[in-house]
Amino acid sequence: MEKLLRLSALSLETDERSLLQGDLDKIVGLIDAMQSVDTRGVLPLAHPLDGTQPLRADAVTESVDRDRLQRNAPRARDGLYLVPRVVE
Amino acid sequence: MARWESVIGLEVHVQLNTASKIFSGAGTAFGEPPNTQACTVDLALPGVLPVLNGEVVRKAVLFGLAVDGEIAETCRFDRKNYFYPDLPKGYQISQLDEPIVRGGHVMVDTDDGPRQIDLTRAHLEEDAGKSLHEDYAGLTGIDLNRAGTPLLEVVSEPQLTNPREAAAYFRAMHALVRYLGICDGDLSQGSMRCDANVSVRRPGAPLGERTEIKNLNSFRFLEKALVFEIDRQIDVLESGGSVDRETLLYDAERDETRPMRGKELSDDYRYFPDPDLLPVVVTQELLAEVRATLPELPDAKRERYERTLGLDARDARWLAADPDRAAYFEAAVDAGGQPKAAANWIMGDVAAALNRDGRPPSMIPVPAEQLAKLIVRTLDETVSGKIAKSLFEMLWSSGEGDVDDLIAEHGLKQVSDDDSLTELVTNIVAANPAQAAQYRAGQAKLLGYFVGQVMKATSGKANPRKVNELLREHLRAE
Amino acid sequence: MDNLGTLTGIRDALGAKAASSVEIVRDCIRRIDTARHVNAFITVCEEDALGHAARADAAIARDGMRGLLGVPIAHKDIFCTDGVRTTCASRMLENFVSPYDATVVARLRAAGAVMVGKTNMDEFAMGSTNETSFFGPVANPWDVGRVPGGSSGGSAAALAAGLVPAATGTDTGGSIRQPAAFCGVSGLKPTYGRVSRFGMVAFASSLDQGGPMARSAADLRLLLHHMEGHDPRDSTSADEAPTPHAPQRTMNVGIPREYWADLGEDVARPLEEAVESLRRLGHRCHEVSLPHTAFAVPVYYVVASAEASTNLSRYDGVRYGHRAGEPADLDDLYRRSRSEGFGIEVKRRILTGTYTLSVGYYDAYYGQAQRVRRLIRQDFLDAFGQVDVLLTPATPTPAPALGALTGGVDPTVMYKQDVYTVPASLAGLPALSIPCGFADGLPVGLQLIGPHFAEDRLLALGEAFQRETDWHLRTPTVPEAA
Repeated sequence: MEKLLRLSALSLETDERSLLQGDLDKIVGLIDAMQSVDTRGVLPLAHPLDGTQPLRADAVTESVDRDRLQRNAPRARDGLYLVPRVVE
Repeated sequence: MARWESVIGLEVHVQLNTASKIFSGAGTAFGEPPNTQACTVDLALPGVLPVLNGEVVRKAVLFGLAVDGEIAETCRFDRKNYFYPDLPKGYQISQLDEPIVRGGHVMVDTDDGPRQIDLTRAHLEEDAGKSLHEDYAGLTGIDLNRAGTPLLEVVSEPQLTNPREAAAYFRAMHALVRYLGICDGDLSQGSMRCDANVSVRRPGAPLGERTEIKNLNSFRFLEKALVFEIDRQIDVLESGGSVDRETLLYDAERDETRPMRGKELSDDYRYFPDPDLLPVVVTQELLAEVRATLPELPDAKRERYERTLGLDARDARWLAADPDRAAYFEAAVDAGGQPKAAANWIMGDVAAALNRDGRPPSMIPVPAEQLAKLIVRTLDETVSGKIAKSLFEMLWSSGEGDVDDLIAEHGLKQVSDDDSLTELVTNIVAANPAQAAQYRAGQAKLLGYFVGQVMKATSGKANPRKVNELLREHLRAE
Repeated sequence: MDNLGTLTGIRDALGAKAASSVEIVRDCIRRIDTARHVNAFITVCEEDALGHAARADAAIARDGMRGLLGVPIAHKDIFCTDGVRTTCASRMLENFVSPYDATVVARLRAAGAVMVGKTNMDEFAMGSTNETSFFGPVANPWDVGRVPGGSSGGSAAALAAGLVPAATGTDTGGSIRQPAAFCGVSGLKPTYGRVSRFGMVAFASSLDQGGPMARSAADLRLLLHHMEGHDPRDSTSADEAPTPHAPQRTMNVGIPREYWADLGEDVARPLEEAVESLRRLGHRCHEVSLPHTAFAVPVYYVVASAEASTNLSRYDGVRYGHRAGEPADLDDLYRRSRSEGFGIEVKRRILTGTYTLSVGYYDAYYGQAQRVRRLIRQDFLDAFGQVDVLLTPATPTPAPALGALTGGVDPTVMYKQDVYTVPASLAGLPALSIPCGFADGLPVGLQLIGPHFAEDRLLALGEAFQRETDWHLRTPTVPEAA
């Protein structure tokens, strides 16, 4: 659970955590039902349609109105998004 | 005790020089104000979707053909999941199991001559943005202009045996992508960066535990970082310790590697096929179309310079190593410049002037036709080699002008006619009887004194070969 | 409230100048206000809508009627709308204002439709009851003590309550079809790729599909016409000809036996009557088998959760969305912003998806799910070798009571309710949900599933059925808000 929370960037209160821990066990029980299917020789299906990727022409088509885009930003300054200090 | 040997593999990240990003229609210009090249897709706003830039595929295919790799008929994009502020979606779109190019090889100049280094694969992915660590009230600023810039990540087999060889491989890769025109090769702008995987072992022993040094952006830093890291690993092992598998950064100021904290690191990237993108099919038509644009590559050029232009191996290799230098050389030869002389000019005066002015070979101000003319006029003895050098300087500093016009304008035509030179030589020998006597007495080096006098009298325009000839004749004659 | 009428009826009235767009839009807004306790809307855009309606009236007066000019419509709050907030019913996006329109929104706008508001939904479309919304649950207009279904519960409730004649929805595992069934309205999940996903906040990318919701199959056809089509901004958008309008014909209707095994008598009876109606219309109905049906729910929850877990990584409190106050460091910013911004169901799915994609589990879960997904699709392809369409129940039960499936109840109980809708989602097939009767005063829906891009077949059969029956015209009496 600790690893899942770290990978998901979530933190949970104690009661929420024990509830979700229990739920997760039940969900795993539900999804494990598919383990009984014999899938030897079956290829994975990633997309419901058998399409291929379209290719875009290499052209600049987007004009960027930074101020407008940053109206939703919780913290921005001088055109930069601000986050707590990052150490590399 | 047996010595240690190092085993190095490189991952070179090549920024492909497209106009727009790999998955969005935002521009890729470098140095723009922060976040002005980051559109809704690059910012990962809710609801946006990636659409693949076809030019990115073409450039990767061109690379694959150039290294004689296997171009995948179908390749796929995956999500590599981790949280970092310069990665807006919380995942990087990359290729894990089905890269666009597998295998291939490049030739690398090593201390022991050219050596083939095999490639594992080359795959496409998107670049991340940048974290600016200047202080913004104790916070870090995020600029996403670079986010979504197309990258081709070229992974070598761990076949490089020392830091010099690793740097040579990086250089060969640099030359190659510039030849192909798929990357501007500007290392100072981060257009090419490399990660080095390195381990050490006793000869014949199995591979040791490796470390990865990230984000090396110059040939020199790559070499220095590897030298430091190899020494560090040997020290650790010789003092009875063990090397930890870790990711390191190279600190150029302190010339040392140190463990990286946080960034891009996860113990589980949860790769899976990106459901927003479909399988990419490289059709036979596309393959043929790209193949037709494949330029002559460094190895082929080098061979041609040796075989048909008569250059020696070292010169041929040096000229072919840089596409702009090679193009300049070929233009000079095409304009009538004798190949060997053109090579000498480019390796000598041209390289020195570029070095002095801090310019790249793409910015030689003297047109190749003028260099060719300079070579022709030197060989036909219109001007002396010395005058040719001053003419070259004139052309370089003005960035314009024609060799013949300059010769005429400044009266630089070499004096070669026998009558006037004979008269001059006769006079000078007569005017310096003492030196003439000493010469005749066996002080052969005094010939230089007389040559100097003639040159002084002609402002350097006398044909040195003729002057030498006539002086010898006259000094002996008396 | 009196009957608002159908989309086609309103369009015809506008065309005949029997009514003005301003009048109709004002009427819708009044209705929305009267039924505000239904909580079908997160945002109502009265001023913009009336302005737009006035311009539509002027255009109709000048150039005559075209498309959906002046027709009111509600968008599920999962579609990005330029300048009007798009919340996805999440605290995470409580104040998010999109700087662009979703393709679906832009197309309907271009057709002249007037957006009156954004409808309530399950948070990030994760839920089958509309109770996971940060903006509170939606009431089922047939019984305000019951859920409207989800995740497009607001759109379904708005239609059932007669607040708007048309709405958009999205369907990942049944999110259009199930609420349509619970609320007694018509909903179409088109073929995956038929309608652009650009600007639709992503839940599970390989399953998500936008579609129309309305009061009749004929209205769905009209809406679909203005929503569908290839979009170069969506790589998975199909380059397919528009849905045709083929003449009626006799069809072979397959009844998959796996869908009827555990069906309660109250729901089975209206469905059996519906089959009889189709037979009377000359269609041939016979039993078929889709053997992997039982595995569809497990496969769906693996695929949908895995895709969702990474689709929702972008909500990190940096560029938009909820940001925790005074973060101690970067990790704290991420974890608290996300934990405060997401509700419990969203967290549940993120954790499930993270788990199934993890090293060591990938092949057993995501890999196996993708392989079984192929078998499920193959079941359908095989069936469509014998029949033109499949007829199934839309849901195992009528609308449950509020709270019956949430709030500490085993989540897999709710997940299992999707058993009839997720198979078509996994196979990317078009599926229509239309009302076919009542059980204890609550609507019951039937589902028609067709081959890829055979929406026309479903709509034709739906229209034929709705000419024979009047279930789709029944409306509840909604008590007015206090």
